Parts: sequence; C-alpha cells; structure tokens
Amino acid sequence: MRILFKHLDVPDIDDMDVYIREGGYKALEKALKEMSPDGVIQAVTKSGLRGRGGAGFPTGKKWAFIPKDPSLKKYLCCNADESEPGTFKDRELIVRNPHQLIEGMAICCYAIGSERAFIYIRGEYIEPARKMEQAIAKASNRGFLGERILGTDFNLQIQVYRGAGAYICGEESALLNSLEGIRGEPRLRPPFPAIKGLYESPTVINNVETLANVPHIVLNGGEWFASIGTEKSTGTKVVSMSGHVNNPGNYEVDMGTPVREIIFEHAGGILGGKRLKAYVPGGSSVPMLTEKHLDVGLDFESMLAAGSMLGSAGFMVMNEDTCIVRATLNMARFYAHESCGKCTPCREGTSWMVEMLESIEEGTGKMGYIDRLVDIANNINGRSFCALGDASAMPVLSSIEHFRDEYETHVSERGCPFAGDRGFALRGG
Amino acid sequence: MKISGEAQRRILDAKTRYPSRSSAILPALHILEEDQGYVTEEGMAEIAGLLDMPMSDVGGVASFYSMFMQRPSGTYRLDVCRTLSCALLGSEHLVDYLSEKLGIKVGETTPDGLFTLRTVECLGDCGKAPVMMAGDTYYEDLTPEKLDAILDDLRRKAEA
Repeated sequence: MRILFKHLDVPDIDDMDVYIREGGYKALEKALKEMSPDGVIQAVTKSGLRGRGGAGFPTGKKWAFIPKDPSLKKYLCCNADESEPGTFKDRELIVRNPHQLIEGMAICCYAIGSERAFIYIRGEYIEPARKMEQAIAKASNRGFLGERILGTDFNLQIQVYRGAGAYICGEESALLNSLEGIRGEPRLRPPFPAIKGLYESPTVINNVETLANVPHIVLNGGEWFASIGTEKSTGTKVVSMSGHVNNPGNYEVDMGTPVREIIFEHAGGILGGKRLKAYVPGGSSVPMLTEKHLDVGLDFESMLAAGSMLGSAGFMVMNEDTCIVRATLNMARFYAHESCGKCTPCREGTSWMVEMLESIEEGTGKMGYIDRLVDIANNINGRSFCALGDASAMPVLSSIEHFRDEYETHVSERGCPFAGDRGFALRGG
Repeated sequence: MKISGEAQRRILDAKTRYPSRSSAILPALHILEEDQGYVTEEGMAEIAGLLDMPMSDVGGVASFYSMFMQRPSGTYRLDVCRTLSCALLGSEHLVDYLSEKLGIKVGETTPDGLFTLRTVECLGDCGKAPVMMAGDTYYEDLTPEKLDAILDDLRRKAEA
C-alpha cells in the first residue's frame, strides 16, 4: 500500500496548488477545526505510528510527554539530517512532496502547542533545502503557516536550518546542540528533550517520514493506519535500496513485507544475476544479515528476532563476489571518521577497529585479531556516550558472526582471497 | 579579504532569525564560505563581531563540520562519496580515475586552481551510486566517461 508515495504519479505534486487539488491541507483543516490537540495525539497514539528515523519510539507517546503548561515555549524539530549510510528516503519525501511534510509538521505543532518549528536538514542537501524554503513561503502566503492559520488562533513559523556535514547531528541531542550554535556533540540524558530540549524548552524531534505520515492518520483515522502492516509495526515503510541490486531506489511497502520480496521483486534482484551474500537492512548502524534471512519480515519485531534492527530501512545489498572484510572496513572507516571524539570508547575504539581490519584485509593480520575485534566492539557497544558508538560495533560484530571463516581465510592466506575488485567494481566492470 | 557588504547584511539578518544569537553562527559560516570560498580567519572574526559572540565559539563550530573548508580550495570541489553503497559500485575506481586524470592526489588542488579532489562520507543519494557532489550539484550514476564530460563542462563554466 502506498501512503506517503500515493501521489508520486501525480505530475507536479510538489506544487502547492496540485497538492491542494489532491486533497492536501484537508488534514490540517480537520485537525484545527474538528479536533482538540489531545484528540490529535490520541489518533496518532491509536495509529501505532513509531519513529521512522531508526529508533521506532511510539510517536503519540513522544508527543504526549510534552508538558501542557501554555506558558512554556515548545518546539518541533524535524530531523532531516539523513546521514545514515544507505538511506535516501527523506530526500525523496522532501523533494517530491514538500507540502506533505509541512502539513504533518503543522498538525504536530498544533497537537503539542508549539508555534515554532525547525527542519534540520543536512548541509549537502542544498536543493532539498531550497525546495523546502520555497514550499514554506508558499504555504505561508496561503495561510497554512503564519498567524491565525485557517482563521483559527493557531500560529506557526517553520524555518529550515542547514547542517554542514556531520553524521552525529542526526542523533537528536547532537542535532539540538547544532541548532543552538554549539558543536554538534550529543547531550547527556536525562533531561530528555520533551522536558528540556531546544533552548531548554520542551521539544519533539521527529524524522521526516514520521511527520509525513501524520496528515494521512488525521484524515483516515488511527484505526485505519493501525490496520496496515503488522500488529506492533503499523503502517508502511519507505525502504531505500542500494548496492548490488538491479533497480536501486525508494520503495514504500507495508510493514512486515518479506525481505525476499523487497530485494527480488521491488529492487529487481541481484545485479548481474549473482547470488546474494549479505544485506544491511537499516543503514550501516544495524547488524548485517545473510541469504538465510530472506524470509524475515520488514518490521521492528521481525528484524530484532532475526538478530538485526529495522533502523532506517536503508538496505545495502552485497553480492557473492563481495569481500566482507573489505565491506566491514568501509563501514568501520565511516564511524572512525564521524566519531565526534567526546567519549573515549568510541573515539579510540573506532580507529583501532579500522587499523585491525586494514591489516587483516592487507594480509598482515593475526588470527588473534578476530577475537580482539569482537572484544573492542563489545567494549564500545553500550559503553559509549551515544548511539554512534553502539552503531560502530554492529558491522564488525555481525560480519564476524556470519563470516568468521572469511576473516580466518584472510589471515591464513595472508591477504584477501577474493579476486579482482573484491565486489567493488564499476557497473559492467 | 573583508567579507562583502551583502554577506554582512545576510549575517545580520540571520542574527535576528533565531531565538538565540548563537544559532546564527552556522548559517553565518555558510554565508562566509559562499562569499570567500572558504571560512577565513578574518571572516570568522567578522562573524564574531557581527553576532557579538566570542571568536572561539565561531571557530569551534567551524572546525566541527566537514563541509567547511578552512583553507583555500579549487573553484570546484569534487567530493566523491566513498561510503559502502557507492564503494560497492566502484567509487574507488572513480577516485583513482580522477586522481590520474587531474594529476593530483586526494586532498590536493590542480595547479590551475580549478579542481580540488576529496573523498566524503555518504551523501544520501545511494540509489544513484556512485555519486559525487561538485558545487551545489549532485552527479549520479557515475562512470569514467561521465566524469570526462562533467570535467569538460565545469572547465567551460569556469571560463565563461
């Protein structure tokens, strides 16, 4: 079922007039004129919607944590940092249908009593940021944003805020620091953002995809949304398919859809008719899975049961020619580069893992390095300041779990056993 | 070089746009880089003055983010993604190709000052891998042939 992408075939749906013609901003009107703020929160709670950025926290619950005290300023931050490797869904949601996101943000702000919202967008997304700014200006001119929206006493200002190249700023507390104009390092919690977030005020931080679902929930009801997907993972999920697949791109599928169907039907199967070797289902921060895990459903519970996580549903697919050590080294380098340096386990551990993986791949590694890698990863995981450290451990731990023999061959044969490009060839090369 | 009057005006405008002055630092650094090509010491000092913030706060923010260049770079930065989805589709070959063609290593600038070659982490466009960013533009589904055409095009733009 297509909810977020249902308008994708409508030409110029990014144009506000077309969006309105297709029923856009009806949900905002319904929320403002027919529902109380609490009524909106109840509908979202009933829908079972969970955060689409990776953590899967129930959205209604998050909104309900915001204090009702009208004297407190409250903020919404839409997380459009999208820097999780393998993830490019928010970019498409913004570029293809910016008003869907604006409408979702406006409904959220009404529900939590906020008059000011920010879209924190990664610095590299220059075009999407421009697109968003233009859409906000249009929506303001038409009275969907600004003062006394649709003739009610609800006011809202939305601003785009650009990052400047830092993976860590997708972590919600680092995002808040970045937006406040200090270095984008994560904060200690508690206090949680719902109590003390942006500028010390109660703040909701939601992913683009999460907020884009909200107008549809308001319009069609929480029960309707809850009837899609699985019992605990409701609705749909936009999956980003990349790597060794024939048809890379974003696909919206019901929660619970088997991975086999996603890889082999939606994404058209493995490039060059090769066999699947491994896939990372939720951006590089989740454990990789293998050919044995093709019947796993794409939902929070099934992915966890299979030993991974749904994460952002950014799939990176690897074919049988891929050297797993080299792929893991690539991901380890990413975390070493992106570690903000605030805490020791992550700052030191990510670099150590890179060094050991490099020596194994180059043929100078010792057999003991494999267990040492596991040891380092386990000492980062759960012992670092924020989730980046935990994330850095996932590719290392899961690749050794599923492909220990390949690591051992690298050591015993004093180098990479894979021929040629080791799975890193140009298409057709 | 002092920042332009237009950049100063935009920075002062940014100062009024957020609940706190410090939130204007990051937007101001973007403006500075657009104006000067990189975040100059002098420019950061000007930002600190315009925003009434200590220079250390501005410098601290600037050094945190990988997009801000702290020294001069070529007219075009060729930022090639090296993260997994692009790497699986040959981005390392493209870096080698560019390096050879331009006669520079990663991190260096061509003698004519036109191109700086860099590798960057995931650009969030993995469905069109391998991907490179140059200026405001994403170049997608890259091949060596496409890179040839892109370089020619950028050279022509620079001459115009």
